[in-house]
Amino acid sequence: MDLILEGIVTAFQLLWALDPEVLGITWLSLKVSGLATIISVVIGISVGMIVALTRFPGKKFVVSVVNTGMGLPPVVVGLFVTVFLWRNGPFGFLDILYTPTAIIIAQAVIATPIVMGISIAALQNLPSKLRLQILSLGATRLQMVGILVREARLPLMAAVMAGFGGVISEVGASIMVGGNIKGYSRVLTTATVMETGKGEFAVAFALSIILLMLVFFVNYLFTLIQQRERPR
Amino acid sequence: MNYLKNIALSVAALAFAVFTVTPAQAAPAVKNLILATTTSTQDSGLLDELIPVFQKDTGYFVKTISVGSGQAMKMGEKGEADVLLVHSPDAEKKFVAEGYGINRKIVMHNDFVIVGPPSDPAKIKSAKTSKDALVKIAAANALFLSRGDNSGTHALEKKLWKAAGLDAEGQKWYQQTGLGMGQTLSVAAEKNGYALTDRGTYLSLKKNLGLDILVEGDASLLNVYHVIEVNPAKWPKVNSAGAKAFSDFMVSKKAQAIIKTFGVKKYGSPLFFPDAGKKED
Repeated sequence: MDLILEGIVTAFQLLWALDPEVLGITWLSLKVSGLATIISVVIGISVGMIVALTRFPGKKFVVSVVNTGMGLPPVVVGLFVTVFLWRNGPFGFLDILYTPTAIIIAQAVIATPIVMGISIAALQNLPSKLRLQILSLGATRLQMVGILVREARLPLMAAVMAGFGGVISEVGASIMVGGNIKGYSRVLTTATVMETGKGEFAVAFALSIILLMLVFFVNYLFTLIQQRERPR
Repeated sequence: MNYLKNIALSVAALAFAVFTVTPAQAAPAVKNLILATTTSTQDSGLLDELIPVFQKDTGYFVKTISVGSGQAMKMGEKGEADVLLVHSPDAEKKFVAEGYGINRKIVMHNDFVIVGPPSDPAKIKSAKTSKDALVKIAAANALFLSRGDNSGTHALEKKLWKAAGLDAEGQKWYQQTGLGMGQTLSVAAEKNGYALTDRGTYLSLKKNLGLDILVEGDASLLNVYHVIEVNPAKWPKVNSAGAKAFSDFMVSKKAQAIIKTFGVKKYGSPLFFPDAGKKED
């Protein structure tokens, strides 16, 4: 019990004092996972829409590959990205291993199948005649896409939240490709692992509370967008 | 379409924020120096004292990757690190002999200790040497927690078991955590088991553990740290100038003075003892 109380007190002390290191770590977490989510939303929803709205041979296979990707273990992604980004690896010339950029890449790989999988399900769930109806009313293809996204707004926003939740909370890939470098590539989850290893449980607890508050805040914003009344 | 505009705006704002801040952190490529080191140097907080001084003096940007000594040397073998700070002497000698590393220099030492629950079920406190202690633990079938991760600590532990003529691996009372030193100590504390640890990590965690030092002071428990530069002849991409600068810094008077006083204020005794320039076997 002491530890839990101490952790909560430490969390608020760190926040109240605007501890520059903790603020930096929190901001980097938001930045890295936010950008990874944006990338995954752009790729996930657009490819998801193509998969959902077209018919092609092997579609079931493609969808099951995407659905498998929804359970992609972060450490596996971390290992693959590390091997690819090694100095002497295929993308070594980029020199981005152990940087925040490397974390963004790994997290985008983790989040994209999540967003894509839920998007496919969301768009397939729309009434199949809706498309014909929209087109017959004289909409362009782009307008049709806009209307479909709007119709599937609730599950699509759920896809965004699931993608963001998947990456802001993962630690395996971030620690492998980012290296948990102080003041540079240390994010909330890797800092929590490190502080736990150091036996600084109260600090680790405080970082966890800050992470939870951050996730809540972001999801609250997403939910506001999701739950808005439809304009009539 | 109002909320669509809203999403687009918030996405654009977030993207803008991200892009405008990222470049400030990027350092010139040649300035990057990858230091592969053990968990004990990071978990004890020593590197947090040393690295900023080195960076300020030389302008290099150090990327500290804290892993076990075994993994650190593997990174060196593959040319994925520039300089190593490790504590696994036998493996280090092999690493240098095989041409992966150059300029191995002694930096500092502390010692290993065997810790366990104060109740000491295997009665190892009366043991004269670490060897006797391990024999007693085995005889009592008392739980022993091993790192099991090819770290320097794990390498020494295997050596000690071998010296005691025991094969602990696979025994019911012998468990491998596969975790870092700090976490392994937490597991040992939770399960009332014994463990081998470096004194630095133990001291920095002591207040939360409830484990006592039961065996110490044995010559075979010496824990020596060396700095090794990765051989640029093997891997041309290695930042050899940076590696040399770091290696020179670690044995400099300035760094050695920091090592000497590190931890005295917080723990009442130093965690590491500077050794630069000392002769060894």
